[in-house]
Amino acid sequence: MHKPISTTDTMKAIQNIGLVFFLIGLAIFTGSLFTGSFSLTEQEVASFIESKGYKSDIIKEKLTEAVVTDEHLNIFQFSSRVRAAYQASNDHYDALIAKYDAEKNWDKKGEQFQYKIYGKSHTLSYEVAKKAGSGFVKENAGLLWWLTFGLAIVGALLFILPNIVLLGKEGIKNNGIYHESSTNRGWIAWLVLVYLVTFYLVLYFMPDYAVNWTYILDPISKTLNGGEASQWFVYGFLYCVIMIVMAARMYIKYRHNKYQVIRTTSVLFFQIVFAFLIPEIMASLNMPGYDFKNAFPLDYDFFFEWNLDSLRDSGAIGLFILVWGIVLTLIIVPVMVYFFGKRWYCSWVCGCGGLAETLGDPYRQHSSKKLVSWKLERWLIHSVLVFSLFMTIVTLYCYFTGTESFLGIKSQWIKDTYSFLIGAWFAGVIGTGFYPIFGNRVWCRFGCPLAAYLGLVQRFKSRFRITTNGGQCISCGNCSTYCEQGIDVRAYAQKGENIIRSSCVGCGICSAVCPRGVLKLENGPEAGRINPTEILLGNDVDLMALVNQNDAK
Amino acid sequence: MEHIVIIGNGISGVTAARHIRKNSDKKITIVSAETDYFFSRTALMYVYMGHMKFEHTQPYENWFWKKNRIELKKGYVTSIDSNNKSLNFAEGDTLSYDKLIIATGSKPNKFGWPGQDLDGVMGMYHKQDLDNLEKYAPNKNVCKRAVIVGGGLIGIELAEMLHSRHIPVTFLVRENSFWNGVLPEGESAMINREILRSNIDLRLGVNLKEIKGDANGKATSIVIAETGEEIQCDVVGLTAGVSPNVDFLKDSDIEIGRGVKVNRFLETNVKEVYAIGDCAEQHEAIGSRRPIEAVWYTGRMMGETVAQTICGNKIEYKPGHWFNSAKFIDIEYQTYGWVWAQAKENESRFYWEHKDGTKCIHINYDKNTRTFIGINTFGIRMRHQFFDKILTEKRSVEHVLEHLADANFDPEFYKLYEQEIVAKFNQENGTNIQLKKKSWKRIFA
Ligand SMILES: Cc1cc2nc3c(=O)[nH]c(=O)nc-3n(C[C@H](O)[C@H](O)[C@H](O)COP(=O)(O)OP(=O)(O)OC[C@H]3O[C@@H](n4cnc5c(N)ncnc54)[C@H](O)[C@@H]3O)c2cc1C
Ligand code: SF4
Ligand code: SF4
Repeated sequence: MHKPISTTDTMKAIQNIGLVFFLIGLAIFTGSLFTGSFSLTEQEVASFIESKGYKSDIIKEKLTEAVVTDEHLNIFQFSSRVRAAYQASNDHYDALIAKYDAEKNWDKKGEQFQYKIYGKSHTLSYEVAKKAGSGFVKENAGLLWWLTFGLAIVGALLFILPNIVLLGKEGIKNNGIYHESSTNRGWIAWLVLVYLVTFYLVLYFMPDYAVNWTYILDPISKTLNGGEASQWFVYGFLYCVIMIVMAARMYIKYRHNKYQVIRTTSVLFFQIVFAFLIPEIMASLNMPGYDFKNAFPLDYDFFFEWNLDSLRDSGAIGLFILVWGIVLTLIIVPVMVYFFGKRWYCSWVCGCGGLAETLGDPYRQHSSKKLVSWKLERWLIHSVLVFSLFMTIVTLYCYFTGTESFLGIKSQWIKDTYSFLIGAWFAGVIGTGFYPIFGNRVWCRFGCPLAAYLGLVQRFKSRFRITTNGGQCISCGNCSTYCEQGIDVRAYAQKGENIIRSSCVGCGICSAVCPRGVLKLENGPEAGRINPTEILLGNDVDLMALVNQNDAK
Repeated sequence: MEHIVIIGNGISGVTAARHIRKNSDKKITIVSAETDYFFSRTALMYVYMGHMKFEHTQPYENWFWKKNRIELKKGYVTSIDSNNKSLNFAEGDTLSYDKLIIATGSKPNKFGWPGQDLDGVMGMYHKQDLDNLEKYAPNKNVCKRAVIVGGGLIGIELAEMLHSRHIPVTFLVRENSFWNGVLPEGESAMINREILRSNIDLRLGVNLKEIKGDANGKATSIVIAETGEEIQCDVVGLTAGVSPNVDFLKDSDIEIGRGVKVNRFLETNVKEVYAIGDCAEQHEAIGSRRPIEAVWYTGRMMGETVAQTICGNKIEYKPGHWFNSAKFIDIEYQTYGWVWAQAKENESRFYWEHKDGTKCIHINYDKNTRTFIGINTFGIRMRHQFFDKILTEKRSVEHVLEHLADANFDPEFYKLYEQEIVAKFNQENGTNIQLKKKSWKRIFA
């Protein structure tokens, strides 16, 4: 006898097909990095060097030796040769510097510095590689787009959309989250972590290795801004794609919850339009590409010399951006936090928040709720805030006085240190790479200086609170478990206290998952916002007076 | 130093301990046979369903107890020697106390059904029941079908649990509509539909006759009394209510009825022995409440009250206005005040149901004085504070409807139904109530 095929089985089959598509797309995407052949002609080397304005007499020779070849070099071989060439050139002049130094020939020694080529080796190598590649990927960018992005998107959607049926009726469906390897810190989660961390390491520190990806997106980049794709274009595009696909998942999962639906739409909008499209279009109009919603100090290089110079050179629009950036941080941000809480930024507008709330949603339960984590959080995030402000003061002081250091601290050094430690490692590698194990808001909770600033406003001067519904809490712990910011929501709710915490990003998930309707995010009068005593409704009023009186003691 | 011993580390015992610690320096020991640390019983279902891990059900971190100098002792109390103020443990040791709080909670009812002690037959109350369920119903291959006997709050939770692992469930309910001893007809029917919508095989108006087992003592099927139908199954969940867990007191001097008999000060007949939570039975019911109140909130309130008494502020257990809540699969339920299954002589009702059949409110009020008595709300969250005030101030049903917008507690942007509700009330009662806009001022007044 034939067993009838149920809709569930069909949907599961579709999901499996989707998974296969996705994995193939991902495999081709990853594999594409290893393809292609990299070399330049002598002329190309010459014109490249000219375009860069290098003064070194030997870089041309070294680079020519390295990359003008009939050999088939993949990007890794190519990169190592190019980096060696730059190194050789710099070594040559370093040797001269040492020599003249020994001879005490200061004039000669001083002359040598102009021949040195500064910059991160992989970034220099990236610039050469971008010009040097050839091969199937570069020549078939459109096809490759479909085989990578296309397959992965279609696959992911095939995996996600059947949940409309599989999850059953609308409502909170967290079934099995702690049974699945991917969402319960199993081997799949670790694998994803390794992939993400590697991705960020390549992106930040070895962009030349990812040059094949830029070829895939060259056509799209050219249409949008007239130029070729950089590794940052790849990142921005990928970011948007991932957010759109994972937003589909959010829409399905929380389709009964209008707050979630609207919030998801909002972060999507700000990511695609503000973070991606507007800067691209501005670039195509020869303006400085600027993300109008990215507020300092999250936008930590806003006050860096290069940015200030570029804004100064961009006429009216530059001036507008400068004023807007300052107004955004000093006025708009705190005023909005006063009215709506920090959520208006962190879970409605911000790009980091946007990724956390889409790609990161399956991992939100992994944030640590321990008291020690909360202590660590307060130390870390406020330190980063201080660090970012101090760095900016040093930078601005040096910018306006023309000096190189302030209080003995070199402007370049502190900027580089911040960019490396906070900008790349904390916000990127750890912040996103660690999603599957430590939760989706590691950066927002422990590292983001803007979040620290917003949090201070939210804690001390805001109309926002999460109201606890009298005595209805049954201490089940769903709220705490699913709070991505590691807030022990239950600790407040079970005492009848409202939740007023600087770190709350107002994602609204605690309220969504609460099975007893205990929590409501709302903006109301400041009076009565904080009720730090145990007011459990349903209790005898005299008893409550007594309990609170004892509390006050 | 006075030694306070508490038997039971549930919400009532733990609340008592916390508040005694707040108000005094007394030595405190909590005894439990169930788990090392306090956990939230109400969250057991979420562990099986994979929403949480067991550790997430523990409201306090493990260091909390030491820091607050609350000693924890794992052990099963077999008897109490109240003359010598000492407890005897199954493990053979004893523990002496100066004051004793009995907070032993409930146990699932078993009505002497044949086969009720077979393997694979379980209640859903203790941590051990959860472990048992995990053993006998890890998935739909090991457990091809489960039968649940008894249609109360725990029964429907167990049904949802098993359903989450795609295990087919047959749900035997003695009443002819789900929980209709508590819920009025409309609400009860709504939950019947919700159960059926989840593909749970709901059988109304039937009783369990017997549970059959195999040679190994493992349950294999059940038989329905009314029809004689036999249903093959691997797991039988017994959820026909709970009763106080007081058997170990039978030979003590402490008076027991169904539960431990207590007065309004939560004192038993034996000096310096108190009882709180599910296991306590009031000599006389308080207001419209039952003498035994087996809910989370009352356990918590009793814990707070007894702590005051023990710390020298002798105070009566005087619960405020009744409230409760639950979730029936995907439908949330809250109640404030009283809405009986059947309207009483002096009562009148107003019922509104959304056309999608998953939301409703049911208001109970006095026919003559028009005073608001209570509300059931399904699928719409409402503000506890609002109704608590209404009940204290004895407001009219008209007042409630007029200010219904203040009561809404749904997340922001949710669709509001107050207009529709008020319109229906006006139409049915020939009134002309105008819904007032939500006012923060009133809410916080
Ligand atoms: C699945 C489920 C869901 C529920 N959901 C809700 C809900 O949504 N809302 C609500 O209001 N209520 C709910 N309840 C009821 C609520 O959990 C109980 O009212 C509450 O837990 C009772 O608390 P308690 O402290 O009185 O006793 P318990 O929590 O039962 O604690 C008593 C403890 O004492 C221990 N003990 C007993 N006898 C001895 C002994 N002789 N020696 C040593 N230790 C002993 C027990 O093992 C147990 O650990 C639910 C109950 C269950 C089982
Ligand atoms: S407290 Fe609630 S709203 Fe705030 S971050 Fe945590 S889950 Fe989100
Ligand atoms: S989810 Fe709701 S009921 Fe559960 S602990 Fe949190 S506030 Fe309380």
